[in-house]
Amino acid sequence: MAKTIKARAQVKGGVCVVKALISHPMETGLRKDKKTGKVIPAHFIEEVVVEHNGAKVLTADWGPAISKNPYMNFKFRGASKGDTLKISWRDNKGQSDSLETRIK
Amino acid sequence: MNIDNKRRALLKGTMAAGVAGVAAGAGLLTPRLVLAAWPKSAFEAKSVDAAMKALTGMASLTGSSEIQIKAPPIAENGAVVGVTVSANIPGAESISILVEKNASPLTSVWHLGANTEPFIGTRIKVSKTSSVIAVVKAGNKLYSAGREVKVTIGGCGG
Repeated sequence: MAKTIKARAQVKGGVCVVKALISHPMETGLRKDKKTGKVIPAHFIEEVVVEHNGAKVLTADWGPAISKNPYMNFKFRGASKGDTLKISWRDNKGQSDSLETRIK
Repeated sequence: MNIDNKRRALLKGTMAAGVAGVAAGAGLLTPRLVLAAWPKSAFEAKSVDAAMKALTGMASLTGSSEIQIKAPPIAENGAVVGVTVSANIPGAESISILVEKNASPLTSVWHLGANTEPFIGTRIKVSKTSSVIAVVKAGNKLYSAGREVKVTIGGCGG
């Protein structure tokens, strides 16, 4: 299955800046299919967890108002080049994905 | 209050684990990443105050000039509005981002780790011209700031 998360994590002056993009429809459940007129069911990421060397750096609860193909940008201290950052998400249908990336 | 909530969640999780073992085996449970349940009532609340009350038990928001919200003054496409929130508030534990005039104002809650800066950038849906509100929880207080975003095309597919 194709990986859905792209991320870049860079340490600058003691602060690790992370920018990540996740492929996901983030359907609100309010839209109608224009051809069939049926409501497109809600399908959105509910939780996101970011870990650095096994410790949780950020956890987020999301609702359907986060835009399609969600973007997130955050910063934390205490990371070094070469450390591992793990980003995971889980959606309302129980689907999930995660990415481990090296901090540069 | 936080510790109690965590203990409750942990205990709930531990008890649920026994049941979860059986249910997961039967394919009835979907795995979660964290123990705390997704705050459904907060995400379904119809006002900023109701959402924050459901989320934290508190409804009183104290305006703060220490929270900066960057958002476009006019968004051509309400479905993708870039927002950055940064707060200079010691002990900031979480940042919640709400859109006042969305049917359900709460968009997201970001829980900060001990070494994580109170800074979040993301993209949200704004259904019509509205204030984007950031609420920072620090200890037993909720600090907030807002910024108006005008929308020319609605954000939820309307």
